[in-house]
Amino acid sequence: MNSFGLRVAGLSHHYGSKCALNDISFDIERGNFCALLGPNGAGKSTLYALLCRLISAQQGTIIIDGLDIAKNPRRALAKMGIVFQQPTLDLDLTVQQNLSYFAGLHGLSGKEARLAMGKALDRLSMGERENEKVRALNGGHRRRMEIARALIHNPSVLLLDEATVGLDAQTRREITAHVHALAELDDLTVIWATHLVDEVWPDDRLMILHQGKIIRDGITKEISEGNTLAETFANLTESEDA
Amino acid sequence: MRAMFRAMFAIILRETIRFVSQRGRFIASLVRPLVWLVVFAAGFRAALGLSITPPYQTYITYEIYIVPGLCGMVQLFNGMQSSLSLVYDREMGSMRLLLTSPMPRWWLLFSKLLAGTLVSIVQVYAFLLIAGLFGIDFSLLGYLYALPVLILNGLMLGALGLFLSSTIKQLENFAGVMNFVIFPMFFLSTALYPLWKMAEASTLLRDICAFNPFSHAIELLRFALYEQFNGTALVWVIVSLGIFLGASIWGYNPARGKILGR
Repeated sequence: MNSFGLRVAGLSHHYGSKCALNDISFDIERGNFCALLGPNGAGKSTLYALLCRLISAQQGTIIIDGLDIAKNPRRALAKMGIVFQQPTLDLDLTVQQNLSYFAGLHGLSGKEARLAMGKALDRLSMGERENEKVRALNGGHRRRMEIARALIHNPSVLLLDEATVGLDAQTRREITAHVHALAELDDLTVIWATHLVDEVWPDDRLMILHQGKIIRDGITKEISEGNTLAETFANLTESEDA
Repeated sequence: MRAMFRAMFAIILRETIRFVSQRGRFIASLVRPLVWLVVFAAGFRAALGLSITPPYQTYITYEIYIVPGLCGMVQLFNGMQSSLSLVYDREMGSMRLLLTSPMPRWWLLFSKLLAGTLVSIVQVYAFLLIAGLFGIDFSLLGYLYALPVLILNGLMLGALGLFLSSTIKQLENFAGVMNFVIFPMFFLSTALYPLWKMAEASTLLRDICAFNPFSHAIELLRFALYEQFNGTALVWVIVSLGIFLGASIWGYNPARGKILGR
């Protein structure tokens, strides 16, 4: 059995003459949490768009839980849960209607969908708020709901692109801890893109993306070499810029 | 296959809930054609004489002539409004949610189109109901025959909107769509004047109107409302639907890399 949840090899992408990603390769083992840290414009969003096939790779391969996304896009997408940087909830629909819409998009309905939605709401402790409009939820709850929704179809890989954007520090910490727990308890392969160093834990696998290249890949505390991650990150990205 | 229909149902249900919750949009969709019917058509009634042309078998007033065109207007605006909401969805992220579903992308886009079309049909029948209150009514069979035509026309205009949404980079550019698509398409069609009347003004204008797929959509509906069939218009509408649908599927092809709005 393939032990990699996500495998990327030789991935490059250009927008016209501008190179967004330059020969990226990495593997993430099944059930592991991996943080992808990069300043704005590093290529994180392009990498995510390629991983979830919003755009096709110009060069390189992406394997999701053993499936090549270029050859089996639909089966590969079915194995992925995605939380986008932009909010994707319908504010005027209720919590339940939003979850039901997503379940439908993944071909679930009836009892199967109800069970999956019930599980998602339990995970959020929001069972009693299912008939409330999403507009009534605070930012943290909306984000948690998007994460729970991304797990409705029982994916094996969870992609989160700057999932805590716009949230306060306390909520960010809670959501980061929640996703770490998901990787550990649910055997999910998680890739967490962020530009905020405090969301990366010392024992996390960390990849630093800068100017379309992975400039570091390893365990966070080893990459930091006794310094804070913030210092290391600043030094790395500034020295690359220089 | 069952999963694909579940996804289609989910998309249609979402659009329906959104439509029901946006009462302002529904009212606006009715006010626009009613203003044309009550104000514009009343003024033109005296100025414009219409001779007997198929499907009419007698002299008709201008209000009667203009009704199918206004039904087309409802669907044209709805198609473009869907296009606007798609550009908005793309900027806000919900388009990403749709396109990362594990269903075939063409099916997702078609489902989205169908959902928009069903909404536009509710608007058209509501308009026809009000037109009926003003004394402009059709036979029961006419209303029934109009249904498949409205589906076809709605899909065709929605597909045009879908294609445009794939080419518009930002929401702000939508004003351009109004100026360069909706108005020419509406005014250079048989919605307001029959072709022979256009020819009196200019044969070039007449030719443009005759080439405009929107004219054929209106004529198909006009004939259906009088329980008649217009084969030429049907072919035009089907071919246009095929072209617009093909173009929109091409527009949303991930290999083009335009979905991110860059």
